Amino acid sequence: MQFRSTIISNQEVSPGYFRMRLTAPPELSGASPGQFIMVRVRDAIDPLLRRPFGIFDVGTIKSEFPGLGSATYFEILYKVVGKGTEALSDYHHGDHVDVIAPLGAGFDLGDPAEEKILVGGGVGIAPLYYLARTLVQRSRVRFFLGGRTRDDILCVTEFERLGVETYVATDDGTLGDRGLVTDVMERHIREDGRPKTLYACGPMPMLKAVADIARRTATPCQVSLEAYMACGMGACLGCVVKGKGHSDDTPDYRCVCKDGPVFTFDQLKWV
Amino acid sequence: MSKPDLSVNIAGIALRNPVMTASGTFGYGEEFSEYVDLETIGAIITKGLSLRPKAGNPTPRIQETTGGMLNAIGLQNVGIDAFVEQKVPFLRTVSTPVIANFFGNTVEEYAELAERLDRIPEVAGVEINISCPNVKHGGIVFGTDPKAAYSVVKAVREATIKPVIVKLSPNVTDIVEMAWACADAEADALSLINTLTGMAIDLKKRRPVLANVTGGLSGPAVKPVALRMVWQVARAVKIPVIGIGGIMSGTDALEFMLAGASAVQVGTANFLDPAAAQRIATEMEQYLEDNGIADVKELIGALEV
Repeated sequence: MQFRSTIISNQEVSPGYFRMRLTAPPELSGASPGQFIMVRVRDAIDPLLRRPFGIFDVGTIKSEFPGLGSATYFEILYKVVGKGTEALSDYHHGDHVDVIAPLGAGFDLGDPAEEKILVGGGVGIAPLYYLARTLVQRSRVRFFLGGRTRDDILCVTEFERLGVETYVATDDGTLGDRGLVTDVMERHIREDGRPKTLYACGPMPMLKAVADIARRTATPCQVSLEAYMACGMGACLGCVVKGKGHSDDTPDYRCVCKDGPVFTFDQLKWV
Repeated sequence: MSKPDLSVNIAGIALRNPVMTASGTFGYGEEFSEYVDLETIGAIITKGLSLRPKAGNPTPRIQETTGGMLNAIGLQNVGIDAFVEQKVPFLRTVSTPVIANFFGNTVEEYAELAERLDRIPEVAGVEINISCPNVKHGGIVFGTDPKAAYSVVKAVREATIKPVIVKLSPNVTDIVEMAWACADAEADALSLINTLTGMAIDLKKRRPVLANVTGGLSGPAVKPVALRMVWQVARAVKIPVIGIGGIMSGTDALEFMLAGASAVQVGTANFLDPAAAQRIATEMEQYLEDNGIADVKELIGALEV
């Protein structure tokens, strides 16, 4: 659906990273973890295109005052990287943006009996929070969070408050273990032989490493991809990624917006 | 005052209003049905079809630019067979005319596709793409050489009794010459402009942004160029001209009509505003009402120079 949304709050949670809460129609509370939104940051021609953001959280606030009903909201987590996110970061409580949501195919929640391993890199943790909140009600969840430096590690307390065991790694060792989060994750999951599922979102090198671990350890794995896109509804074909059967002779392109953004790792071609 | 008349007729296709959706920006219609009332659009032009499915170019394929965007999709499409099996059943449920855009590698392929499309009752007309700038065999040879354009339009003309629209490339020295060649080959209408060849560069990587190196520029940035070309062509040919290029509002659309367009296509605007075509038609109607103009056709070519 398409709706005009009011910004409730827009908070810089770490240098260059913002968490924004916006109003939504009640129907948005039916969005699945992993789905995304397209925001038109300005009613102008620059920036021209909408910007895609994973849904960080969705909720409903019940008024403490009788008769006032309830209000649905959603949140996004974003890093200021260009014109669109720069414009967003300037917004305050009460400003408006035009939103299309929810879009795409979200995560498969899988078998509750299996443990869930979440791996996020930097701002790639955005769709994992809503996922963790949903999963933790039915499964054991462990969350591995990586970034270049401590400023890239976001929302650790929020995850811990859900009851999710959270592990941090940074490239420079300024927070948590020093090294790659995927190495830390692999050590942990190899310790026990219990069945588990991997869920990952973050930069492509991290996703490749996760997919590689999934393949080597025969662990089911879902990845959420980020892509540059114009429409978000499968029309522009700008956001495609290579599917597993892709070769020059047998091209196999999938739309991140429509076929994804969540894919099982074996649906994709990892080069 | 009664409601102004927005209807136009393009080569025998009756449109409830002059606003069509440009090929490649509106999928096969169904993708947008949740966000726009398809029954309010003049016509739907579907994503360019080829005989066989086409995978398109490597990524990155798109890049936003100031007031516009570059694309090098490479004509990815499902192919004519899947179009008939998977896309036409939905289009059958919509009363809005459907115009099928298509392209081939050879004159024979263009003719074969025209023949196939001629047999689909849901297709009200065809639009020949001789102007995609992003593939070697995507029509651009036919779009830059008047003789080649003539031969491909002629072959299509002989293969179908449906209205034939030819979509022209702006990437030529003299677009009027191209328009004449297509009119001589008995095209029923011309649509212009397709995207302008452009480029974006990543300074940090010292590389082009698009995998295809160059891409087609669309959006508000191209509107002045499009207006100029529509004006030149509409003065030069007797067949209807459909104006395309950066149309974002009713005002933009009406400017194209003043320049001589009998109808318009909305492209890039669909990406940021999926209901753009519907909104633009409403804005046009409002303008006519506000200015006491009974019929939009009064504005076609009414530019005073």
